[in-house]
Amino acid sequence: MTRTKPTVALRGATLRFGARELWAGLDLDVAPGEFVAVLGPNGSGKTSLLKVLLGLQRLTSGSVTVCGRTPRRGSDLVGYVPQQKAFDRDLPLRGRDLVRLGLDGHRWGTALPSRAARARVDRAIESVGATAFADAPLGMLSGGEQQRLRIAQALLGDPRVLLCDEPLLSLDLAHQQATTALIDARRREAKTSVLFVTHEINPVLPLVDRVLYLVGGRWAIGPPDQVMTSARLSALYGTDVDVLRVRGRIVVVGAPDAAHGDVGAGHHHHPVDDDHEVPV
Amino acid sequence: MSLGDYLQLGFVQHALIAGALVAIISGLIGPFVITRRAAFAVHGTAELSFTGAAAGLVVANDAVAGALIGSLVVAAAIGLLGVRERERDSAIGVILAFGLGVGVWLLSKQHGFSSTATKILFGYIFGVSTDQIWLLVAVAGGVLVTMTVLYRPLLFASVDPDVAEARGVRGRMVGLVFLVVLALTVTEAAQIVGTLLVLSLAITPAAAAQRLSARPAVVTGLSVLFALVASVGGLLASLETPSVKASVWITTISFAIYVVARVAGTRVTVRRRVPVPA
Repeated sequence: MTRTKPTVALRGATLRFGARELWAGLDLDVAPGEFVAVLGPNGSGKTSLLKVLLGLQRLTSGSVTVCGRTPRRGSDLVGYVPQQKAFDRDLPLRGRDLVRLGLDGHRWGTALPSRAARARVDRAIESVGATAFADAPLGMLSGGEQQRLRIAQALLGDPRVLLCDEPLLSLDLAHQQATTALIDARRREAKTSVLFVTHEINPVLPLVDRVLYLVGGRWAIGPPDQVMTSARLSALYGTDVDVLRVRGRIVVVGAPDAAHGDVGAGHHHHPVDDDHEVPV
Repeated sequence: MSLGDYLQLGFVQHALIAGALVAIISGLIGPFVITRRAAFAVHGTAELSFTGAAAGLVVANDAVAGALIGSLVVAAAIGLLGVRERERDSAIGVILAFGLGVGVWLLSKQHGFSSTATKILFGYIFGVSTDQIWLLVAVAGGVLVTMTVLYRPLLFASVDPDVAEARGVRGRMVGLVFLVVLALTVTEAAQIVGTLLVLSLAITPAAAAQRLSARPAVVTGLSVLFALVASVGGLLASLETPSVKASVWITTISFAIYVVARVAGTRVTVRRRVPVPA
């Protein structure tokens, strides 16, 4: 397959949970190396879209392919970077162990010492500048250090598509910039497509090729200048929304749910993800 | 009799074999118990093995088989009632309270209620029959094999559930299998140290190991080693001191290892931290 073919292709993709329609008739082609920001209020199905691409969630109707194939669990074609989370200080896991789990943690059995695997993990850690702290316990690392390791973990399988779910949340500005720079470098060097779910477009605005904006079953796709406008968002939300540009930043005022932009920033909620079913 | 004489005896050898195997599987699940915050599940399934043992005595005069079968019932009940993580502890509490009541009622039908209860609650491995020892050995072997197969996805799902799921680990299934493994292991450990003192083999060694290293393989290895020292050491010590029960020795040795690790571990946790330039 050539590099010009889309890495992600959605056709008439529709996702419903019971009576609730998250999005319908979604058509999207993502080119290699393209950076797509996925925006929308809480419950609009941003995380669910990532789950579809990870092969964890089936579409209600329509079709989806990643690199021409139906997404399946545990595929190396797709890398996943979650939001930063707090690890217990005494969690018996080093940064390098977290990265290594990205390589073969999903396989049955026990990992045997392997020079090839170790070299691969070392390379991934080095590529994100995490060598200095990769052997420290994970619970003692800062959020920014963790996210570097997360990116190394996600890139270990050499994915063609990188799915990021609020990876900048609860990071300070400097670490937000460092994290986005790593993601940007990867997509430029390896032509990895990036789908970047976020409440806050400004930290990634310079990188964004296109915005996918999801609101209550409706959606819009296009370059930021075309989607992030008062007219377009007002139509999506079905109410008057003002999009202002202040010193190179985009500020959305009046969007119901106030789940993005500078209004109510920091609040995060996964609608479908909320009830993890994890016994013991 | 000297220790050497004791070691010639079949029932002593059997107890030591069982004690060693139980220590290995307890030490193996320990780090996961801590990471998954399942200490209450350990305590709950351990106490409920009292009920299983009582039922086994009443039905077939076999406390060990009863406890093992009972632990599977308990694991299934916790899995069914505590599907969501935040419901789990309350589900265990509910089952624990009712189950213990049933156990007391069952045991009250037995003659010699209090001495039987004491044996179950505080352990009496030297009184276990040869058949029961082999049952314990077989179950421990099964647990060992299961844990070897489950190790990697269980580790992934325990420390990093969201990414594990994204990478294809079926977290719910892995969690349920671990629950069964945990219940069986805890019930086995209860035969050695008694239902009330199981945590000394299933938690304390792993907690000590975590003070000394942050490498998963090293922590698991140390946890197994500490559990072995406590279990086998405690059984041997109790042979020398007939007035002190094995479970007293095991809990004491286990605790002593933890205290030493805690003191020694302060050096390990204060690592050189390299700040990252933004």
